[in-house]
Amino acid sequence: MNSHKRLHLKTYLMITIMVLAGPMGNVLLGKAMKSLGKLTISSPADLLHVAVRVFTTGTLWLGIASLITFFVAYMLVLSWADYSYVQPASSIAYAVVALLGATVLGEFVSPTRWAGIAIICLGVFIVGQTGPRTMEKA
Amino acid sequence: MFETICFSLIVIAGTVGELCVSRAMKEVGEVHDFRPAALVRFLLRAIRVKWMWIGVAMMAIAFFSLLAVLTFENVSFVVPVTALSYVAGAFGGIFFLKEHVSPRRWVGVALVCIGVTLVVIGRR
Repeated sequence: MNSHKRLHLKTYLMITIMVLAGPMGNVLLGKAMKSLGKLTISSPADLLHVAVRVFTTGTLWLGIASLITFFVAYMLVLSWADYSYVQPASSIAYAVVALLGATVLGEFVSPTRWAGIAIICLGVFIVGQTGPRTMEKA
Repeated sequence: MFETICFSLIVIAGTVGELCVSRAMKEVGEVHDFRPAALVRFLLRAIRVKWMWIGVAMMAIAFFSLLAVLTFENVSFVVPVTALSYVAGAFGGIFFLKEHVSPRRWVGVALVCIGVTLVVIGRR
């Protein structure tokens, strides 16, 4: 019973890191890419030029660092919990992304979209009540 | 058209990539020890699994597609649309990883899908 509790605690901790670092990373990527303006690629030389511009943007690297944090937490949690549990459970990240997009980047989020996000959170709540592992340990 | 291709790549390559990584992690085994040295040993074990490399390559494709879309679309629109991978993910988990998805969890997944649909409808 105690190891069950530990498994849940470990899982929730990793999912918390995921839902903070993931959206933060996406928002930083969005900020970085928007700051570059319109990018046109019509020749291989253009592709190189664009790649250089993209990867010399500081904000992009902050975003990548944040996403790596997300990815490490994600890999760790997948080593003991089911994929079809982890993916829905981490979907509260969509609410965090919209919140950050609206507050940090000043994006417009319509009422319908907020309603959608609320339903996503309800779905996440229900998914979170099921156990993190459905396969018996070999 | 370009947008559709990018979104398809984000969803499909992203989901396939995550399934491959998940399969790789199951092969590596559960993490019990969180000390740095143990985590490094764990990572060294992880990169020897073939599925890990296929998964990472797929996720890289999804990542660059995401960057491309983010040059002209808002994050609060792009990220919810990528949640289309939930449908692919649930079925992938069953067929590819042989995971069991309980009816209750299906309800949660369905609600998440409805929410995502509304998010897309409320684009403007």
